[in-house]
Amino acid sequence: MSRIAAAFEQLKAQGRKALIPFITAGDPHPAMTVPLMHALVAGGADVIELGVPFSDPMADGPVIQRASERALAQGVTLKQVIDFTEEFRKTNQHTPVVLMGYANPIEAMGMEQFANRAKAAGVDGALVVDYPPEEAKKLVQLLDARALDTIFLLSPTTRDARLRQVGELGRGYLYYVSLKGVTGAGNIDVAEVAQRVNHIRTFTGLPVGVGFGIRDAESARRVAEVADAVVIGSRLVQEIIDAGNDAPARVQALLAGIRGAMDSIVDTKAA
Amino acid sequence: MQMYDLPDRLGHFGPYGGVFVAETLIDALDELREAYEKYQHDPEFKKEFAYELKHYVGRPSPVYHAKRWSAHFGGAQVYLKREDLNHTGAHKINNVIGQAMLAKRMGKPRVIAETGAGQHGVATATIAARYGMECVVYMGSEDVRRQAQNVYRMKLLGATVVPVESGSRTLKDALNEAMRDWVTNIENTYYIIGTVAGPHPYPMMVRDFQSVIGLEALEQMPEMTGRQPDAVIACVGGGSNAMGIFHPYIEHEQVRLIGVEAAGFGLESGKHAATLMAGKPGVLHGNRTYLLQDENGQIVETHSISAGLDYPGVGPEHAYLKDSGRAEYVAVTDDEALQAFHDLCRLEGIIPALESSHALAYASKMAPRMKPDQILLVNLSGRGDKDMHTVAEKSGIKF
Repeated sequence: MSRIAAAFEQLKAQGRKALIPFITAGDPHPAMTVPLMHALVAGGADVIELGVPFSDPMADGPVIQRASERALAQGVTLKQVIDFTEEFRKTNQHTPVVLMGYANPIEAMGMEQFANRAKAAGVDGALVVDYPPEEAKKLVQLLDARALDTIFLLSPTTRDARLRQVGELGRGYLYYVSLKGVTGAGNIDVAEVAQRVNHIRTFTGLPVGVGFGIRDAESARRVAEVADAVVIGSRLVQEIIDAGNDAPARVQALLAGIRGAMDSIVDTKAA
Repeated sequence: MQMYDLPDRLGHFGPYGGVFVAETLIDALDELREAYEKYQHDPEFKKEFAYELKHYVGRPSPVYHAKRWSAHFGGAQVYLKREDLNHTGAHKINNVIGQAMLAKRMGKPRVIAETGAGQHGVATATIAARYGMECVVYMGSEDVRRQAQNVYRMKLLGATVVPVESGSRTLKDALNEAMRDWVTNIENTYYIIGTVAGPHPYPMMVRDFQSVIGLEALEQMPEMTGRQPDAVIACVGGGSNAMGIFHPYIEHEQVRLIGVEAAGFGLESGKHAATLMAGKPGVLHGNRTYLLQDENGQIVETHSISAGLDYPGVGPEHAYLKDSGRAEYVAVTDDEALQAFHDLCRLEGIIPALESSHALAYASKMAPRMKPDQILLVNLSGRGDKDMHTVAEKSGIKF
């Protein structure tokens, strides 16, 4: 069983929902990434999404764009992001790490090379924003062969035929983007999300995570009531830049607050 | 040669093209593809497109024999396809009309566009005014500064120009920002991409709308010269004017197709925009194609004296035509393009766009080595009024 599947299995047994924070690797500076990853775990993260900076992050809003620019200005590369994970693994063998980013850095490294290096470093999965299922078959094959998960996005406008296709090709969990727009935009409509997540579940047995528009403990708690996982990104990236050298402590505190709110709805029947 | 009927159903030209976008854009692209499939062969749509091209744009654009310029070379005869005479002064309008007609039929009252030099932005603002649509144009803040006149033009036409402050603050960043707007406002917004790049169906659709250039030339050249040219030459940034004139000629194997990229300060300087000459395949802006990138897959900043060629990607069909050998790609420097610009001004009384001057510069290299009964057809894709500032500055003149 993959580390991601094991994490969701365990949470399910406890009646809890997964908390999945996203940070951009190398922001605000490369030396802080591994300490931040440990801080995320200390704050209650179940899976870490580690953003691979890219020069043209088309699907991201201003907060994550700027984080990418700061990381790139310091020369952060995909190889280095994989190395961060290897470093993190020296003291943490149980928290899954998913690399999230865009296709071109992977294509430049070579897809097979990427799969090999990610596997060797203890990476658990990849979410490539601009590889929709039509263009992702080769990557899924390469990652499958190494027991790594390929995570896919779903959107409010994804049609049923595609839900089925993504359900078949996806591994680990599915990431439902709750808003039309880019990362960091707007506020979430939980009732609508609940309806969509239930609909998605008729096509797949994979856990469904929800992200985009989750900004605080209250919105996280409400999403946790209807989804299997809560993804929080831009809010954290903003906290990291606001906090400066205090970032690990501040991020840990922010996440712990969200974790607490999510755990206040523990399903006691399951537990 | 086999019948040429690319792209495939998913938008692939061999290994290039495709749909490399986030899931949030897939439905909008499906909707667009379905609409285009529905209307592309619809007699009413075709009739309206032809009417607009004739009465609003002023087509067909003439083919002109540049006799004095040809005599200056003492070799091949050079003919110019005069896209510079179109309304708004460039080929861009052909595509914009087609897409705006589609937007109207899809019930989208708001159009958005990206622009570099401002030509595509001006064309989009023009059509939006003509059709009574709301228009927002994204433009890198660096380009807003360099192209103040075109910014004002767009505003006169009623468009909102949004300066983009992210990344390198140029065309590629404007494209990123337009995509972000689109994904946020999908219900009421149509994104008019200005070149043969982006996710499927854009490269195919923009090519189809621009193919009117080549289709006219196919008829005009035999009328004027008794035969088809030995080579067709066009400049390539994203590649829409080149694809428009190349596409109808692909099955005419005896006609060489030559795309001219911007070598900027020279390929060896690293400051250029010659994507096909010096790039490597990768994924950007929704398609797989050649890209100017570093060894880590980050897109690099480009340079060309011509803002319209200053783009680190290129249409995927050009990538395919390069690999298959059907088209040849070359590059000329800023200085070579400027020389051709001045020659055409002085010898033919035509002020060409700096983009088109790259194609002219390559013709000026080929023609002297050819025989007087040989024929070159150059796509004069736009007029140079917009470039007065750049050219004057190069000559040390300030207005």
